[in-house]
Amino acid sequence: MSSNNNEWRSAAVSTGTTIIAVRYDGGVVIGSDSRASMGGEYVSSRVINKVVQVHDKIFCCMSGSLADAQAVTNAVIHKLNFHSMQMGEPPLVQSAASIMREFCYNHRDELSAGFIVAGWDRKKGAQVFDVSMGGMVVEQEFTIGGSGSTYIYGYVDAKFKPGMTRQQCVTFTTNAITLAMDRDNVSGGVVHLAVVTESGAERQLIPGNKLPVFQRI
Amino acid sequence: MAASMIWDRAQSIYNPDDLVTDWTDQEVSTGTTIMALEYDGGVVIGADSRTTTGAYIANRVTDKLTPIHERIFCCRSGSAADTQAIADAVTYQLGFHSIELDEAPLVQTAANLFKEMCYRYREELMAGIIVAGWDKRRGGQVYTVPMGGMLVRQPVSVGGSGSSYIYGFMDSNYKTGMSQEECLRFTGEALSLAMERDGSSGGVARLAAISEEGVERRVILGNQLPKFNSA
Repeated sequence: MSSNNNEWRSAAVSTGTTIIAVRYDGGVVIGSDSRASMGGEYVSSRVINKVVQVHDKIFCCMSGSLADAQAVTNAVIHKLNFHSMQMGEPPLVQSAASIMREFCYNHRDELSAGFIVAGWDRKKGAQVFDVSMGGMVVEQEFTIGGSGSTYIYGYVDAKFKPGMTRQQCVTFTTNAITLAMDRDNVSGGVVHLAVVTESGAERQLIPGNKLPVFQRI
Repeated sequence: MAASMIWDRAQSIYNPDDLVTDWTDQEVSTGTTIMALEYDGGVVIGADSRTTTGAYIANRVTDKLTPIHERIFCCRSGSAADTQAIADAVTYQLGFHSIELDEAPLVQTAANLFKEMCYRYREELMAGIIVAGWDKRRGGQVYTVPMGGMLVRQPVSVGGSGSSYIYGFMDSNYKTGMSQEECLRFTGEALSLAMERDGSSGGVARLAAISEEGVERRVILGNQLPKFNSA
């Protein structure tokens, strides 16, 4: 095999990734894998957390170019904080998604990052927004993203039912990410979870050896 | 500098390719979802029924489950022309081999014939094939010969453009020891999910069950496909 396997040294760091968020009555469950890769060959970090807190009860998941995603996320945190102080109350999830979309759309030719924005606010309760590369925003009951999401479309379409409980959502999210990590070479590591409800946000980490095991075929 | 920028803008407004539909010069492709799984006593195979030339659906009721011998079938994905040509060649070779042997050929033999051709001509071909069938020596077997010409036996295999979307579903739902009916239902559900997400897969779901008794073919029409909730 005569490939030049130094190509990864000049490749940008990418969160080839699997991200997912699902809403239930009372909150949202958000999850991601933990792998950052370069050139699809080298894992530059096996423990990064792609579930970023942008406000007390609003989270976002990053996918695509890690540099772009981090830059946009930091800008959103700053802008959302300012907006929240001006309004004198906690921000709406839709505001966070809107600010995210502003950046993604206005810089759509330079950026290469997709996001999921999810959280809880007093006006509409639990919400999940998909802010895809290019800047389209869609509110959904649940959404998946990143390179690993391709492999789990069938699974989430089959398994999702409206009206699931919090625990069912956590299981749904963990299983989906595990299945994607099993098939996508640029997703892997541990599963990072966050559950956001009216009372606040709670993070969870499921290490590799505690992940569900599916039939090895 | 300014002059060249104006020229570029003009080109982006008027692109000659837009005046000609894309399907007049696109290759016919079975962008597809195909699937096969083994059970105790035989195999179940399935495929969607869409053949596309670019954005046009050339055939919406295609049969991608092609008989190679009495109890050996192949599922075709990739270029329609390439896979038809390969299947015809292997059917001939296997028929001849079977007459020479004076007994039913092995599924492994059929799979190897596909592999030989797909590997030898791997630069020119675009074909992903799943070979499945029943023989007396090893019962039900599924062999996958993806693009490039690898050959590997698997208890369950999916292929084609729509297969990416159902790997997760397949990994989580497949269990050993399923009955023929369970296999048929599993295949129908998987094909339905893939057809829902993949633009190049659709139409009806064609299924076949191959066992010692023979081949039983089924069709699940569009309105009878299993439905799922999705966002």
